Amino acid sequence: MDKTPQTEPRQSWTFSNEINSEIRRAAATGIYDIRGGGAKRRVPHFDDLLFLGASVSRYPLEGYREKCETSVTLGTRFAKKPIELKIPVTIAGMSFGALSGNAKEALGRGATMAGTSTTTGDGGMTEEERGHSEKLVYQYLPSRYGMNPDDLRRADAIEVVVGQGAKPGGGGMLLGQKITERVAGMRDLPEGIDQRSACRHPDWTGPDDLEIKILELREITNWEKPIYVKIGGARPYYDTALAVKAGADVVVLDGMQGGTAATQDVFIEHVGQPTLACIRPAVQALQDLGLHREVQLIVSGGIRTGADVAKALALGADAVAIGTAALVAIGDNDPKWESEYQKLGTTTGAYDDWHEGRDPAGITTQDPELMARLDPEAAGRRLRNYLNVLTLECQTLARACGHNHIHNLEPEDLCALTMEAAAMAQVPLAGTNWYPGKPGF
Amino acid sequence: MTTTLDMTTTELREVNTTLQAAAKSQANEAYVITNPRGSHAMACGLDGPLTVTIKGSTGYYCAGMNKKAAITVEGSAGPGVAENMMSGIVTIEGDASQYAGATGHGGLLNIKGNASSRCGISMKGIDIVVHGSIGHMSAFMAQKGNLVVLGDAGDALGDSLYEARLFVRGNVKSLGADCVEKEMRPEHFELLKDLLEKAGADARPDEFKRYGSARQLYHFNIDNADAY
Ligand SMILES: Cc1cc2nc3c(=O)[nH]c(=O)nc-3n(C[C@H](O)[C@H](O)[C@H](O)COP(=O)(O)O)c2cc1C
Repeated sequence: MDKTPQTEPRQSWTFSNEINSEIRRAAATGIYDIRGGGAKRRVPHFDDLLFLGASVSRYPLEGYREKCETSVTLGTRFAKKPIELKIPVTIAGMSFGALSGNAKEALGRGATMAGTSTTTGDGGMTEEERGHSEKLVYQYLPSRYGMNPDDLRRADAIEVVVGQGAKPGGGGMLLGQKITERVAGMRDLPEGIDQRSACRHPDWTGPDDLEIKILELREITNWEKPIYVKIGGARPYYDTALAVKAGADVVVLDGMQGGTAATQDVFIEHVGQPTLACIRPAVQALQDLGLHREVQLIVSGGIRTGADVAKALALGADAVAIGTAALVAIGDNDPKWESEYQKLGTTTGAYDDWHEGRDPAGITTQDPELMARLDPEAAGRRLRNYLNVLTLECQTLARACGHNHIHNLEPEDLCALTMEAAAMAQVPLAGTNWYPGKPGF
Repeated sequence: MTTTLDMTTTELREVNTTLQAAAKSQANEAYVITNPRGSHAMACGLDGPLTVTIKGSTGYYCAGMNKKAAITVEGSAGPGVAENMMSGIVTIEGDASQYAGATGHGGLLNIKGNASSRCGISMKGIDIVVHGSIGHMSAFMAQKGNLVVLGDAGDALGDSLYEARLFVRGNVKSLGADCVEKEMRPEHFELLKDLLEKAGADARPDEFKRYGSARQLYHFNIDNADAY
């Protein structure tokens, strides 16, 4: 007897296995999912842009023969001692506590060898980091953990953190497992408790207060240090304009793909704008104020390759910052730990329970045994190599577009592969001279 | 030796450079600042045993991040006075605005008048004595140190408190999440006696009640979600 033909079992797009697994997890635990990393969903990104390259009307520069400069100076507006970097890629602020001391040391070593800066994070400045970073940016955060005037004075620049791309409007979290004696001591908290970092600064609210706060920081550091203001990709036009009005030397703009040590997944995936969508409005704000290039713009959130760096610069950034990519370069999510990732119920590339402190790679942990797996010198060399590759790639693209300095890259060097990217980056859709929202169409 | 700096003729930058250099030289000198006219960021970032008297009221962040210096404001102080102070003594003869002593790590902030909202927010080891009353949300997320109030406290005192100790003589309008009244033990009487003496406060330790953290929110527990 012939069987009645059956339709294949059909999975719902709306209720996918992944979504259902989250529903089951929520039902079992009663608490939202916390994780590290940035947005995992696909959003329009630098991949959706292409460089046009040189042509009859623009001639290219010879690779390896004709110079293409990569240096960047940050903090030229008010600071007596601006920061000079050899390359346009900096290491973003990542907290000690979230990261191990060895990881911080590796970041310092790699960045210093490559001629760029590192940044402290929530939890204060460590010796590992100050000792191994030739140029160190000191974050001034809402929690003020470990904040003290001596560290402020021995920093090379100060970054007032208003927001982060992964969680604009959110504070930090460090769960008890990672609050070891050393971390607790630096934060003036009891050991082993779940610790929340505030989402707002305790002693100022709004741009007028921020201006006075920046005045205080300058008065305490003799007007020497560049003051950065870091904003999450929420309202980039207004936030940039207000940061500049408050007196920032440098604006750090972090889009939604930007990583975090630990936050609610719902926050990471659903708050903030993609990095690609943030750059042009921020640059517009600087141009409207007549301060583009005088107040420098550092862009972060999902920077992975020299192409990403070049595209961010072409859209008007002065430099970029990397977090996740730097961690991967020093050994995060390395396939050599696959069997251990499996034991933790995950797999290489997907490991993001950084808040649990059981990182097989020894980076996002405070466990002495795991920490010892990361050799800071070897990891530092890997980071230097990676930073060099980013720079070489960026130079290659700049030369191909005929530029003798990476800062001469411009939106006119680009086209977009999708309508969305064209609209966000305000560069023409490939094969046309049009982008959505272009005036005059 | 006492040096006077008049802010009708001396810029803020010069005032602070002079004070910071004098503090750094560890010379134990005395400075008097006249006509502060509510200037912001006055006498901030000092690091040394200097005595500074400000004749009048100050703006935001007076004595910010102070180390070792003794700074007196003969007037009232704007928001964030002695924020993140590390050590030394800051005395306000009048009232203090919001966030007095915010995130302070050490030293004594002695406010002879009242303090506004969020006094001692996120304090990390500082001692604060307020001779008058304090406003709402004071000692929010306070981590360490002692807050002593001779008058009353406003709403939500000590919300999400960590290990800071709060002593209030008058009424507390309401306690914040996880803040509870606690027993005064001998060591608390001792501590309070010492602080009252240092601050020149006219009060007895046995007139105070102590408040501290119930430590129920130290580990996230879904059953406490209503407290957030
Ligand atoms: C492990 C980790 C810890 C972080 N800690 C901080 C921090 O303490 N303060 C801060 O402003 N940003 C922090 N961030 C965000 C980074 O500074 C940066 O904005 C982000 O990583 C950039 O995006 P990317 O990871 O895609 O490169 C952290 C990021 C990571 C991955």
